[in-house]
This record gives sequence, structure tokens and C-alpha cells, in this order.
Amino acid sequence: MEAKRELLDLLLSDARQSTEDIARQLGVDAATVEKLVDELESEGAVRGYQAVVDWDSVDEEHVRAEVELNVELDRETGYEEIARRIAKFPEVASLRLISGSYDFAVDVEGESMHDVSNFVSEQIAPIPEVTQTVTHFVMRTYKERGVYFGDGDDDDRLAVSP
Amino acid sequence: MTGPTERLSRRARETPPSGIRRFFELAEEMDDLVSLGVGEPDFSAPWAARTAAIDSLERGRTSYTANRGRRDLRERIAEHVTRYDLSYDPDDEILVSTGASEAVDLAMRALIDPGDAVAVPQPSYISYGPTVTFSGGEVVPVETHAENDFVLTYEDLERAGADEASILVLCYPNNPTGAVMTREELAEVAEFVREHDLFVLSDEIYAALRYEDEHVSIATLPEMRERTVVFNGFSKAYAMTGMRLGYALGPSAVIDAMNRIHQYTMLSAPTTAQFAAIEALDSCDGAVEEMRREFDRRRQFVISRFNEIGMDCFEAKGAFYVFPKCPPGWEDDEAFAEALIREERVALVPGRVFGDGGEGHLRVSYASSMGELKEALNRIESFVESR
Ligand SMILES: Cc1ncc(COP(=O)(O)O)c(C=O)c1O
Repeated sequence: MEAKRELLDLLLSDARQSTEDIARQLGVDAATVEKLVDELESEGAVRGYQAVVDWDSVDEEHVRAEVELNVELDRETGYEEIARRIAKFPEVASLRLISGSYDFAVDVEGESMHDVSNFVSEQIAPIPEVTQTVTHFVMRTYKERGVYFGDGDDDDRLAVSP
Repeated sequence: MTGPTERLSRRARETPPSGIRRFFELAEEMDDLVSLGVGEPDFSAPWAARTAAIDSLERGRTSYTANRGRRDLRERIAEHVTRYDLSYDPDDEILVSTGASEAVDLAMRALIDPGDAVAVPQPSYISYGPTVTFSGGEVVPVETHAENDFVLTYEDLERAGADEASILVLCYPNNPTGAVMTREELAEVAEFVREHDLFVLSDEIYAALRYEDEHVSIATLPEMRERTVVFNGFSKAYAMTGMRLGYALGPSAVIDAMNRIHQYTMLSAPTTAQFAAIEALDSCDGAVEEMRREFDRRRQFVISRFNEIGMDCFEAKGAFYVFPKCPPGWEDDEAFAEALIREERVALVPGRVFGDGGEGHLRVSYASSMGELKEALNRIESFVESR
């Protein structure tokens, strides 16, 4: 498989591992890894590196909601334009255009339910093209970006075997 | 009254405990252990195979199967092995067994008369010697060498007196070394086999775990099909060790004889596992390829780390083992492995456990997560540097 694709897999599984460790796994030298990472970044394939946080384990209020948005397009305004307006808010963690009975799925984060619902009613709902919002507060997160938040899978293999 | 110990057969009393046992016991009592001593994948069987097993149970398929294994499974095995250019008739040239382990034992029992010599290349998987002995045969150890990356050569066979043997055991990709053999290298061995009229038992259970090139079965070499039984199974490629399912491929006369023993001692291989295996062959190539790729990354990682640490490690291209040398200053692999587990809580298996030629080496399994491998190699590095 193409080295760049392999590199993406490795970054997806652990973006914090050292360039040297990545190089060892791909059987190339560290300079090559640096170069490939630079390319992935400049092509826009890799947009950032972030921790996967289990907020239930952080001693701090953190509320998240998944908001469904319906919009009405007119001759001047398309999805891109509406998305640009919504994406600029720091409260919006993710924004996706989706198929089905509504148009945008928006992840909104804040310190309290009050924060989040205020944000939706005061910043999102008033946008002229937005015809409807439905807010679902997240009660609990079990898995995020491929990482399961339960206890680690216990390895019940024998410690030493033939 | 004769005590229970005195009642044991001479054979049972004379069977030594496996050399792995001691390290297992040391490892068992340790917290915070990182084990690179595990001879099975760290993955679970592909979900589709597990579902097929569950489905079969829900449908109440809990009876024996045909002695040779379900016909539909044997047909799929026949189809599957064509990828290695092997061609066997599901009717009478394939036997489904309880792990490759049972098939190896059956072949020994079907082929060995008391006193027959069986050439067993070493270092190798620990079961061959005892199964030869249980059948009344004599083991002729054939030492392979680090200089040749543990590939078996014509000279190795000659030097060991393997021409006296009636059977030669092969295991490539190899446990414990990770060594593989190319077609050219196998051709030399095949030449020796034909010259001295040997029969080959070829354990190819790691065939699917080849890196960089394709697996070659010795049975595909000229005139070898009629003098070879090939073993394979679901334990390693499909991460199904606990399901206990393997198979043997060979000339009908030998498979028939193996089946005759199997029908009295085992009746049939586990039924639930046979259903899982059918699904594994039908739909799990993708899952196997994903595991293989993950193993390959780990393999490259551990090989470069060992060489950086100063523990000479040849580029093993198969299975999920590498076989580095002890670091300079350490002659004794057992002493090294014991000091390492006591001081750094990293478990490896000393090479000598696998027979002649293994001394001074360590079997390292990379069937562990990258996180564990990194941690283990860091501990080994600090251990080696502190001396
Ligand atoms: C070379 C070799 N052959 C056979 C086996 C046993 O396989 P199975 O689980 O199919 O009995 C193993 C397991 O470690 C092995 O390494």
C-alpha cells in the first residue's frame, strides 16, 4: 500500500507517536516521514491533531448537543454560504451536511445546558435560512473517534505460550 | 497399593515438561508484565466467523459431523488452498482436525513404526519431538543456523544424518524464528528428500502471514505432492486458536490412514468451529489482510528496535515472531530471559527451548499492541544499557 495511506493509518491510531517510531513501522527513514507528513498537511488531508477527551472523566462542566438544522435555500444562498456562517462560531465543534429528513448536523459544545440552548436559540435559530432546529443533549459518550471509553479489553491469553 | 505416580506409563513419566512452562509460571505471578511470549494473535476471530458460530448454535447444530469434517468445509478448503497452487480432492485428500496439532499427531501415528527416524529441523515448534516419541519414533535433530537466517539447507540435512530418516518435518514460516523459505531454497530440500526417499510433514499454519513475498508450499515442487502432507488451520491466520480447527492435505492413502485413527480418537473436529471456518473462508480475506498489515508494521518496528539496541535481529519474513540474539556480553539466553523478566517484567522465551541452534537467541512474539511493543522495547533497552 502507498506509504502515505499507511502513514494516515498510523496517525489515526496514534498521532502522538514519534516520527522515529512511525519510520520504524513503515520501514523508511525519519526524514521521509517528515516529508510525507508535510505533504499530507499542505494538501489539506491532515487538518489537525487533537486529543480524544472523555469529558466525564474531567472535573469540569461540559455539555454537548447534537443539533438538527433544517434550512431553506434561495437563489442567493446555498449550503456553502450557510455552513460558512455557522462554522465560524467556536461553540460549533462539528458541522456536516447530511442526507435524510434534515440538512445539517451540528455538534455544539458549552459549559452548561443553558449555554448550549442559548447559543442555539440566539445564534443559530435567527439565521434567516434556518427554518427549524432540534436539539438533542448528549447524556453519555461511549465511544469517540474509534476510541471506546469502557474498560480496556482484557487480554485473557496465557502470558507465555508455545 | 501401587501409588498413582507408579501407575504412570514410562512414556508419560519420561515426557519432560515443556521449557516454556517455567517462564509461564514466572510470568503468572507478576504484575505490570509486558509479555512478548505469546504464541497466538492478539486479535479476536473476525466478527463474521464468530456470528456464523453463534448462528449454528441458534439453529441447534450441535451434533458430530462426518469424520473427515463437513463436506462443504472440505470443499472450501480445497478451493482456498488453490491460492498456494495446491490441489486436493475434498472427498479423500482432506481431513479436518481439532487444530493442526491433532493432524500432526495423526500423521505421526499413521506413518511411524517403532524405531523409525524422523528428521526435525531445529529450532522449531515444541510439539514435533514429543509426538514423534509418542508414536515410538526417534527424533533426528537437524540444526539450522543463524548465518543462514535459519533456513534449512541441503548441508544441514546431510550433516545431521537425515538420510537415515524416513520422515522430514518442515515448518515454514517458522515458529520460533519467523524464517521463511523461497522456492529455490525448498528445491534443495526437495532434492534431498527425493534422493533419500523421505516423506515430508509440512506444517504451513503460518502460510497466510508472509511479509514481502508469497508463501510457497513444498508440495508444489516436482514429485513432492505424493510424498507430502501439508498442515494448515484457522488458529493463526484467522485468530481462532480457541476454536481448535485445522486440517491436513495429502495423498489419499495417508489421509485415509489418519482418518482411521481420527475416527476412533476424536470422531470429528468441533462442529461449531467448522461453521465458523466455513464463514472465515467465505468472507474473511479482508480481515486477514488487515491483521497481516498490522503485524507487518509491528514486525518492522521490532526488528529495527532490536538492531538499534544492539541485539542482532535478522529480517524474519513470516509468522509473528522475530528471533534476536542476546546482547553482547550475554551468552546464555535462559539467564538473559530470566533476568529480564525479574528486573524489567518483560517476558520472552529463551531460544534453546525450541531445540539446538536456538541457544543465544530469544523468541519474541509481536502479537501484542504497538503500545505494548514500544513499552517492552524501551524496558529491554534500559536493561541492556544498565549492564
Ligand atoms: C508451528 C505451529 N504449528 C501448530 C500449532 C498449533 O496449531 P493449532 O492451534 O491449529 O493446533 C502452532 C501453535 O502455536 C504452531 O506454532
